[in-house]
Amino acid sequence: MNPVIKLDDLHKTYHTGEVEVLAVRGVSLEILPGEFVAVMGASGSGKSTLMNIVGCLDRPTSGRYFLDGTDVSELDTDELADIRNKKIGFVFQGFNLLSRTSALENVELPMLYRHDQHSARELREQATRALETVSLADRADHHPNQLSGGQQQRVAIARALVNQPALLLADEPTGNLDSRTSVEIMGVFQQLNEQGITIVMVTHETDIARFTKRNVVMSDGVVLTDTPVGDRLFAGPELERLQKTRGSAPQAAAS
Amino acid sequence: MRITITLKTALRALRRNKMRSVLTALGIIIGVGAVIAMVGIGNGAKAQIEAQIASLGQNVILIFSGSMTRSGVHTGWGGAGTLTVEDAEAIRREISGVSAVSPELRSAAQVAAGNQNWMPQILGEGPDYFDIRQWPLVEGAPFTDLDVRGANKVAIIGKTTAQQLFGDESPIGQVVRIKNVPFTIVALLSSKGLSVMGSDQDDVLIVPYTSAMKRLLGVTTLRSIMVQAADAKQLPVVQQQLTELLRQRHRIQPGRDDDFTVRGQQDIADMATAQSKTMTLLLGAIASVSLIVGGIGIMNIMLVSVTERTREIGIRMAVGAHARDILLQFLTEAITLSSIGGLIGIGLGVGISKALSAIVEWPTLISVTSIVVAFLFSAAVGIFFGFYPARKASKLDPIEALRYE
Repeated sequence: MNPVIKLDDLHKTYHTGEVEVLAVRGVSLEILPGEFVAVMGASGSGKSTLMNIVGCLDRPTSGRYFLDGTDVSELDTDELADIRNKKIGFVFQGFNLLSRTSALENVELPMLYRHDQHSARELREQATRALETVSLADRADHHPNQLSGGQQQRVAIARALVNQPALLLADEPTGNLDSRTSVEIMGVFQQLNEQGITIVMVTHETDIARFTKRNVVMSDGVVLTDTPVGDRLFAGPELERLQKTRGSAPQAAAS
Repeated sequence: MRITITLKTALRALRRNKMRSVLTALGIIIGVGAVIAMVGIGNGAKAQIEAQIASLGQNVILIFSGSMTRSGVHTGWGGAGTLTVEDAEAIRREISGVSAVSPELRSAAQVAAGNQNWMPQILGEGPDYFDIRQWPLVEGAPFTDLDVRGANKVAIIGKTTAQQLFGDESPIGQVVRIKNVPFTIVALLSSKGLSVMGSDQDDVLIVPYTSAMKRLLGVTTLRSIMVQAADAKQLPVVQQQLTELLRQRHRIQPGRDDDFTVRGQQDIADMATAQSKTMTLLLGAIASVSLIVGGIGIMNIMLVSVTERTREIGIRMAVGAHARDILLQFLTEAITLSSIGGLIGIGLGVGISKALSAIVEWPTLISVTSIVVAFLFSAAVGIFFGFYPARKASKLDPIEALRYE
């Protein structure tokens, strides 16, 4: 099986004035189709830089990056934009939905930049199907400010899925959510992963990382540990457990 | 991204900040409105002047007594009395291309009729004058060669003068006293309106030139001679022959200046239209300045908009928008704003022009060309002033843009 992501001795150096910042210092990694990986590490560990490169928002200084079999380490900005459009779905910490724009139109957004043009009706049908996979079809006309945080993140996930990408990238997807909603979102991810979608997620919460299958821990720009998750959590039973203890843990909503 | 979607996105973004969009467009609305109205006024003035010049009659040549420039010094027309009735008769007799000649005198004098007083322009003319000027009579019959020969005390009255002296009564057969000399009104002229110089052409009393010379002014020379050529093509030849004939009659040595001035109708028309063209250009230029100011307003707002929507730009780039897509999106917004402003401005300009001609009675003329040019110009303003902010947006780094608070 060909890996979805293959990183080969990846380096990234920033030049800020006189100082050289070695953000990523030789990372080699392979992620196979159907994997569900959490990238962890303290701030400054290089995980955000790595995710920007994996997400084709940035280019490595040296080393090779193969995404779905193609070498994307030396593509120009327009070619990278096309790769982001076709092969990668993004989910952000702050949801990053367009305000005063309906959920449906937010989901349609990546399709507008596709090279193969579709009729307005086809766009709407595909966007509705994507919303159905995150069980939000009934909120299609709602604007982001009319939706809860969890619902907004589901819209963002639907947007990430609408072009049927090879890879779903999530950057702290539960960072702005309370613990119960976080588990719900992890449930959505686990469900999508069951259907065969490859997911790479950045998080600093160890209990959230336990919902994934594999944990990669970074430190000082290199991979520190790369281990499969032994005691994996599942969203279904976790939600039941939270249901029982509801009311006894009000501080959980404070994040 | 398809153009319909780009346009829809632009319209939505503009609707989102209604007040801001309206205020920004206002700059263009006022600019385009001013250009349309100002050029309309200028063109109206030009058209009016052209109509007035045409009302002078066709193929008319005017000969003024005295030289316009004497040895390079401007002395004005109609000064020294160098033209005589004999000159006029010689012109009629000897130049074949001439179809009509009218010796002219001009003066302003107090005119009384009953207990009414008025100060019209008194013209001394020949019987051909009304044909040359294509000036029909409303009532009565013109004076004849017989009246001219006898220096008879008959007069033809203009509309304004008749109104002032007799009100709505018919002036025919009435007696007016010019410098205490009684004249009988034999005809009433139709209305001719304002002259090129802006004076009321209907405020006249026209008498035979002989009567004016002997009975009113006591002079033996003419102010000018009005000549009509039979054919427009012969005008230059006739003009040349006139000059030669008069130089010969006045015994002017070769190399010396003429003691008269020959002016073709075209010369007068050229002078007048050159003036109104300058005015149109000046008004248009002043109005264009406000259009440019409007454009700067668009640029300013688009820059603010790009900064405000940095995150949106980041999101669009993250999901696959090319730099070109972002550039087009913001450029479309600027062009939409300026074009809508342009359309409303055209309406405003046409409205102002119509209002001016209705209320202040300024003639205005709005050409399709000026509307099309104004619209294209407003769109061009959008492209020109929208390009820099749009380019700035398209140059954003998606990572930075996504992180922007």
